[in-house]
Amino acid sequence: MKDNAVDSARQDILVVSAPPHLFSPTRTDRLMRDVLIALVPATIGGINLFGPRVLAVIATAVIAAVATEAIAQRLLGRPSSVGDLSAAVTGLLLGLNLPPGAPLWLAAVGSAFAIGVVKQFFGGLGSNFLNPALAARAFLVAAWPGLMTTWVKPGDWTLEAMTGATPLAILKDPEILQRFPSYAELFWGWIPGTIGETSAAALLLGAGYLLVRKVIRWHIPVFFVGTVALLTWVLGPEGLFTGDPLGHVLSGGLLLGACFMATDYVSGPVTPVGRVWFGAGCGLLTVLIRLYGGYPEGVSFSILIMNMAAPLLDRYTVPTQFGGGKTR
Amino acid sequence: MARWRPGPLVGMIHPPENKERTASRPILRPALPDRVVIPLWQHTGSPCEPRVARGERVTVGQKIGEAVGPLSAPIHASISGKVTAVEPRPDPLGREVMAVAIEGDGEDELATTVEPRGTVDSLSPEEIRQAVHEAGIVGLGGAAFPTRTKLSPPPDRNIDTYILNGCECEPFLTGDHRLMLERPADALLGLRLLMKAVGVTGGYVAVESNKANALEALRPWADDAGIKLILLPTRYPQGSEKHLIKAVLNREIPSGGLPMDVGVLVSNVGTAVAVADAVYRGMPLLQRVVTVTGRPVREPANLLLRIGTTFGAAIEAAGGLGEPAARVVMGGPMTGVAQANTDVPVIKATTGILVLGRRESPPVVSTPCIRCGRCAQSCPMRLLPLQYDAQVRVGNYERTRELFVMDCIECGACAWACPARRPLVHAIRLAKGELRGRRVGR
Repeated sequence: MKDNAVDSARQDILVVSAPPHLFSPTRTDRLMRDVLIALVPATIGGINLFGPRVLAVIATAVIAAVATEAIAQRLLGRPSSVGDLSAAVTGLLLGLNLPPGAPLWLAAVGSAFAIGVVKQFFGGLGSNFLNPALAARAFLVAAWPGLMTTWVKPGDWTLEAMTGATPLAILKDPEILQRFPSYAELFWGWIPGTIGETSAAALLLGAGYLLVRKVIRWHIPVFFVGTVALLTWVLGPEGLFTGDPLGHVLSGGLLLGACFMATDYVSGPVTPVGRVWFGAGCGLLTVLIRLYGGYPEGVSFSILIMNMAAPLLDRYTVPTQFGGGKTR
Repeated sequence: MARWRPGPLVGMIHPPENKERTASRPILRPALPDRVVIPLWQHTGSPCEPRVARGERVTVGQKIGEAVGPLSAPIHASISGKVTAVEPRPDPLGREVMAVAIEGDGEDELATTVEPRGTVDSLSPEEIRQAVHEAGIVGLGGAAFPTRTKLSPPPDRNIDTYILNGCECEPFLTGDHRLMLERPADALLGLRLLMKAVGVTGGYVAVESNKANALEALRPWADDAGIKLILLPTRYPQGSEKHLIKAVLNREIPSGGLPMDVGVLVSNVGTAVAVADAVYRGMPLLQRVVTVTGRPVREPANLLLRIGTTFGAAIEAAGGLGEPAARVVMGGPMTGVAQANTDVPVIKATTGILVLGRRESPPVVSTPCIRCGRCAQSCPMRLLPLQYDAQVRVGNYERTRELFVMDCIECGACAWACPARRPLVHAIRLAKGELRGRRVGR
C-alpha cells in the first residue's frame, strides 16, 4: 500500500482551509529574535562602558520577564507563548533602560510589572496598548526616583558613587558646572546614562540590522529623530536657530527609544501615514519635555503618550483603497 | 527586450516561484481517461441544463449542457462513450453540482458539429462572439467568466485596448508559459479574434520577467499584427486584472468597477488559444492545460487534460505521489481551492493541481496579531487586512465595510506575509459574506 501513491493520497486526511496554502518564512519569533540580535551591540557596549556587573542587571530583567510571562499565562490559563521571545525582548529593553548601578531586585520588579501588569493584564501579546518596557520604566521612575536617576561615569567599573550628570541634565540646568561632552564621546557612549542608551554607535548598528532585515521600517525612527533635531535646532537657548541638534540627538535615550521602543509594533500605529505622525509626535513631545518640562529627558514619556494616541492615528489615516480616488 | 515603464503599484510580494520543475517541460497528452465526470456548472452565472440522458451515447465535442441566460456557457462531452449518470456530484469548488458522467469507449470519436467556423478575416464580430459562445469558452485564468459576455460590453462603453494576460503570477503554475512557448501563433491569433470581436485596435501581451523566453516566442507573430509585447517585473498578484491594467496602461479601475470601465478587456493566454481552436477548428472547450506539480508529485508536468478527468487520475498521469499529501489544491498556492479528496473532476477553471507534502505544509498555528503591518504593506489594494481580522473577531462587520473590505481581491498576499499566520482571507470572506447577506436580507 505504501507504493500505491494515489491510493495513499486518497486515504490521507487532506487539510482543507481558506487560501493561501503556503506562507512567508518570517514568523513572530523570528522577528523577536532579530530584535534580540539587534540589541547585542548595545548590550556589549553597556558592559564595556559600565563593567560586567550590568550583565547581571540585564540578565535579571530578562529572566524575570520570561518567568513572569510563564507564570502569568499559567495562572490565567492561557497557552504559554514564552517561545515567541517577546517577553525576552521586553526584559532586555527594560534592562538596557536601567541605570548601571540599579539593584537586581529593581530589575526583577520592573520586568514583573512590564509583563504581568502592562502585558498580560491587558490580554497578552498583541493586546497591550503601552510599550511594556517603557511603562515599567515609568513605574520604576515614579516608585524609586532616587535609584532610577543615580548615574555613574562610564569606565568606572566599580560603580562607586561617582555620580555624573547626564548630558541632558547639563543642558537643562546651567548650575551644573560640568563640561558638555564632545560629539565623539556622545557617539561612542562615554557619557553617564542608562546601560544601553549611551552608545549611539552600538544603537545605530542594531537599528541598521533591523532595517536591513526589514523588521522595522524607517518612518518612525526618521521622523522621531528628525523632529527632535529640527526643533532643538530651531528652539535654541540663545534664540531661534541657535540650538545643538546633534548634541540632542546623541544624548539621552533618543536613539534607543526611536529605533527600538517607538518601533514596537503592538503599541504603535500600522498605517504608513500614521507612523509618520507617530514619529513626529514622539519627537515633538520629547523636545517639549526636554526644553520646557520638569524632567531632563522625555523620550519614554513621549512614546507612552503617543502609544495612547496610536488607535486614533490608525483611525484617521486609513489609506484610500486602490481605485478609491476616482469614485465617490 | 522592450523597455517598459510600468504603472506604479503598491504592495505586492514575491513568494518563491517554484516553477522550475515544470516550466521547461513540454505539454504532455496523457492517455484518454476511462471515464469522466463533467459538472454542468463551470462558470460564473447560471448552471447549464442537461441535454443528454443516462444510457445515451455521446461523441467528443457534443453539447451536453445548454447555457441558461446571458451569463452562462454551454458544456461539451470531452470523451466519446456512454452516459452512465446525470446526477449531482461534488465539484472542486466544494459544491454539489449536476454533472454528466461518461464511460469512455476509447474511440475518441469527434462530433459532427466540430468543423472550422472561418478565419479572423472572414468572420464578423458577431460571428466570432457566437463561435466563442458555442464553444463554451470561459476565462481560463481561473475565474471562468463566460468570454462571450465579456465580449458584449454595453454600447456606452468605449473599449480601446485588449490585454492578453500572460503573467501567470501564481507560484508553481506554468501552463500559460508553456502555451506561449508552444503555440505562440495560436495565442496571438486568438487575441486578434478577441480584438476583432469588440472592434479594438490596441493589443498587448503582458508577461512577467521570469517568462522572457515566451515573449521571444511570440515576437515574430506579434510584430506582423501590430501587437505590443510588454515585459513586466515578476511580482504577485500582478496577473489580477486591476493590477495588470495599472501596470500596462497606468489606468486605475474605480472601486467596484470592471476593466471595461477604463476601456480595457483582459483575457488569459489559455483563453485566447481556446478561441483560436474554437474558430479555426470548431473545437469546443473540452480540454485544458493543467500544471500538476508539488514536491510529492513524482513527475510534475503540464498536462493537456480532458475536462472531467479526476484529480486522482491527473496525479497518476504525473507519476503519482512519492510521499503522502498534506494538501491537494486546485490552482496555485496563493488563491487555490483546497480539496478534501482527489475524486473531484478537472473543470474549465482548473489551472493546476498542486500537491503539498507535510514538510512544506505543516499544520498552521495562528498566534496573536502583533500589528506589524506586513499585511498592509503587501496589500495591492492598499487595504488594512489586520483590521478585518480584529473587527470580524468582535463581529463588527460594518466597520470592515468602512475599511473597504468589499474591495479586497482575495489574492492572499496579506496572509502569506503574516508572521502570526492570522487567517486573514478567511476573515475577509466571512465579512464579505456577512455584508452581502445583510444587503440581501433587507
